[in-house]
Amino acid sequence: MPPYSPSASAPLVRSLRLPSPSPLLPRTLPSSHLSRLRLPSFRRRLLLSVSTAVRAMASEGGEDHRLPRIASTIRVIPDFPKPGIMFQDITTLLLDHEAFRDTIDMFVERYRDKRITVVAGIEARGFIFGPPIALAIGCKFVPMRKPKKLPGEVISEEYSLEYGTDKMEMHVGAVQPGDRALVIDDLIATGGTLSAAIRLLERVGAEVVECACVIELPELQGYQRLGGKPLFVLVKAAEGEAVV
Amino acid sequence: MAVCEDKEQDPRIQLIASSIRVVPDFPKKGIMFQDITTLLLDPKAFKDTVDLFVERYTGNGISVVAGVEARGFIFGPPIALAIGAKFIPLRKPRKLPGEVISENYVLEYGTDCLQMHVGAVQPGERALVVDDLVATGGTLCAAISLLERAGAEVVECACVIELPELKGREKLNGKPLYILMESH
Repeated sequence: MPPYSPSASAPLVRSLRLPSPSPLLPRTLPSSHLSRLRLPSFRRRLLLSVSTAVRAMASEGGEDHRLPRIASTIRVIPDFPKPGIMFQDITTLLLDHEAFRDTIDMFVERYRDKRITVVAGIEARGFIFGPPIALAIGCKFVPMRKPKKLPGEVISEEYSLEYGTDKMEMHVGAVQPGDRALVIDDLIATGGTLSAAIRLLERVGAEVVECACVIELPELQGYQRLGGKPLFVLVKAAEGEAVV
Repeated sequence: MAVCEDKEQDPRIQLIASSIRVVPDFPKKGIMFQDITTLLLDPKAFKDTVDLFVERYTGNGISVVAGVEARGFIFGPPIALAIGAKFIPLRKPRKLPGEVISENYVLEYGTDCLQMHVGAVQPGERALVVDDLVATGGTLCAAISLLERAGAEVVECACVIELPELKGREKLNGKPLYILMESH
């Protein structure tokens, strides 16, 4: 059974998420209402268990046997970087050698026969997952960086943040017209950074085959901002669901 | 780029050295910046780089590879995966979400800070520190301190490139440094 893989052309498959109603998950609100809530600590603790429950159940139903372990190693940190945000921390996945290896294997299995010639990893956590994939496939790795980090000639793409904008840069000459590219990051939230990476690669004539992340926050609908490019993720996390 | 003079010079090192680009006057005038991004564009050179480190460290009981943000994140994880170790990112302030310990270090002008997650490393673990390049040794020294404060034993620091004139090797608390090439 291939790993779960939503594509932009198909409606987002909700069936792999929690069936509702669930005894584990009380009635929920859309995350747009909740992502900035200040929650008292007892509700945060409940949120932690809820988030874990949602993630684990998303991986049931005949999915790849490696997914539950991968999902279970991801730590949720409440109120980071600011109150109300439940941060999906992959550093604990990296502490579990088997889970890290399985994560890479699942991406490599998907892409090894897709004639990918470049893996573009987004600074900084995309630098952790991208290179092992590139090495296993035998293709180049291109770092997509914050401004003024890359020496030499670069092209830049601006993208929106919640407040203001940021810029992403790529080296001129790193990617050629006709290169088939994969974009890698640890997580997709709003899709802003991934869409900037896609634009940079397309500006130099590459074909972006797919975007791949370990984690998706589906309520933020980042998949809709990828210019029609497909998205592949291993784990979906409920970012803003809470107890009413 | 001077390759290490060594009668047992591994033949792969020459290709790796030739794939590294030097960018003059970056980040400021007078600095000849050693750009490893061109190495990453050469799958064979990149693979050989990782293999050289993996061959050295396999079977040494190393359970932790700590990579310094951000280019240490590129070389560290493939090494960790190959030798069966965990990977720990050492990061600039306020990037790591959980509880951290911090170590300040000196820059040419001012200071900076490196952080590591509490609980990432257990006492007694044998650790490797990886970065793309060692210059003054300030960042590596901070990395060693963080790991030792958590009770780990730093076995070695490993970098692709050393700038020997900056004498970073002397700042590593007596820890050995392994490099693939020097740049003068």
